[in-house]
Amino acid sequence: MTPTTETPLKRTPLHAAHLRAGARMVPFGGWDMPVQYAGVKAEHEAVRTRAAMFDVSHMGEFRVSGPDAEAFLQRVTTNDVSKLRPGRAGYNWLPNESGGLVDDIYVYRVGETEFLLVVNASNIEKDWTHLQTHAAGYDVTLTDESPEWGLLALQGPQAEALLQPHTDVDLSAKKKNAFFPGTLLEFPVMFARTGYTGEDGFEVFVKADDAEALWDRLIAVGLTPAGLGARDTLRLEAGFPLYGHEFADDLHPLASTYSWVVKDKDHVGRAGIQAAPTVRLIGLALDRVPVREGYPVLLGGESVGHVTSGSTSPTLGHPIAMALVRADAANADAYEVEVRGKAHPARRVELPFYKR
Amino acid sequence: MQTPSELKYAASHEWLAPDGTVGISDFAQDQLGDVVYVELPEVGRVVSAGETVAVVESVKTASDIYAPASGTIVAVNEALSGSPELVNSGAYTDGWLFRLDVTEESGDLMDANAYSAANN
Repeated sequence: MTPTTETPLKRTPLHAAHLRAGARMVPFGGWDMPVQYAGVKAEHEAVRTRAAMFDVSHMGEFRVSGPDAEAFLQRVTTNDVSKLRPGRAGYNWLPNESGGLVDDIYVYRVGETEFLLVVNASNIEKDWTHLQTHAAGYDVTLTDESPEWGLLALQGPQAEALLQPHTDVDLSAKKKNAFFPGTLLEFPVMFARTGYTGEDGFEVFVKADDAEALWDRLIAVGLTPAGLGARDTLRLEAGFPLYGHEFADDLHPLASTYSWVVKDKDHVGRAGIQAAPTVRLIGLALDRVPVREGYPVLLGGESVGHVTSGSTSPTLGHPIAMALVRADAANADAYEVEVRGKAHPARRVELPFYKR
Repeated sequence: MQTPSELKYAASHEWLAPDGTVGISDFAQDQLGDVVYVELPEVGRVVSAGETVAVVESVKTASDIYAPASGTIVAVNEALSGSPELVNSGAYTDGWLFRLDVTEESGDLMDANAYSAANN
């Protein structure tokens, strides 16, 4: 792989721990990140059947506080932030004015006038500029706390049972999207019952200085590390879009099946996404040949779109893909995907591919 | 990482045995990770050294395989269609890819020592 720029890759507080664990490191969104430790399939299976731990410290954290915090977020996001009570979190979008997404994000309500936004690592600078631009006229303070936080995703059906002996919080009382403080192995953390794998689990915000010590302790109590490779196959099976693949600045977000993220309110992107999308996101399943991003999708021999994410599904044992196809060609049962000049049959399947 | 001394190696990580059998090195399979699909050439195809003749795909990525010699494809490893993971478990044995009736080797092949040194 040839680096395209000379910019040094950024490192999370867990970089040294990844090297110690024998991780294979790859560039991802400007960061030097672990793609795998033991192997993508084994790590994927660990999350589906037990639990595993991801370093997602590369993601950005912005704090939004002040009397107008809620009004400001109502303006810059598509989902209804006013419905979030303190201690709750929700998925949301940052729309631009031209019918695309600046980013897809998670919004955590800390208090009446305080929120934390978690944004994609590759979009930190862009999101920050966008939010600053739109903050004019609002009584809000924006703080980029990205360097101050380590973020660990502890995912899998046994995550709660593995963590419970090591925290002062009754995790069983915490529902999906709960956001709450606690201690984990004596470290002060913020927990969120959220994730990006299609399994139950927690995301844990820890001070960057504590992250490596907490990571090592979590390994000692039985959590195995998992890399971005498994994170990608897990989110693909769960039908979760990934910014840069299924979402982009110039891609209509309602091509996806996530129309519930857009509420009837006066947000920045309202006019832009009023027009119906001309493409739609569909799920495809193939028998044997893996299909990858960019491969053409054919209907009746004609190209009607392209694959946005594709891999062999470790859980299902056959290749799966998400693809953006012309809206008028999105309802067929059978397509073909062109792989190295040859058309291979693909059948349309409902998203998600996997549901727990 | 194993690097058998009776084989010759290409910089692109294919190995060539004295009988014309071709596979990918232990180093290469480890770098690729879990192999999920192998696309093999047709028997009878005449290939030139350096030509793309097969594709090995892991969960993460597709990797082209280049012919380490010119010649004719005389056999392919049919077992890989049902068990592509053999490339991981036996890069130099059950995970071989195809066999060539070699007319001329690539001039750039390395011996085991040179290949090992190049990948450290």
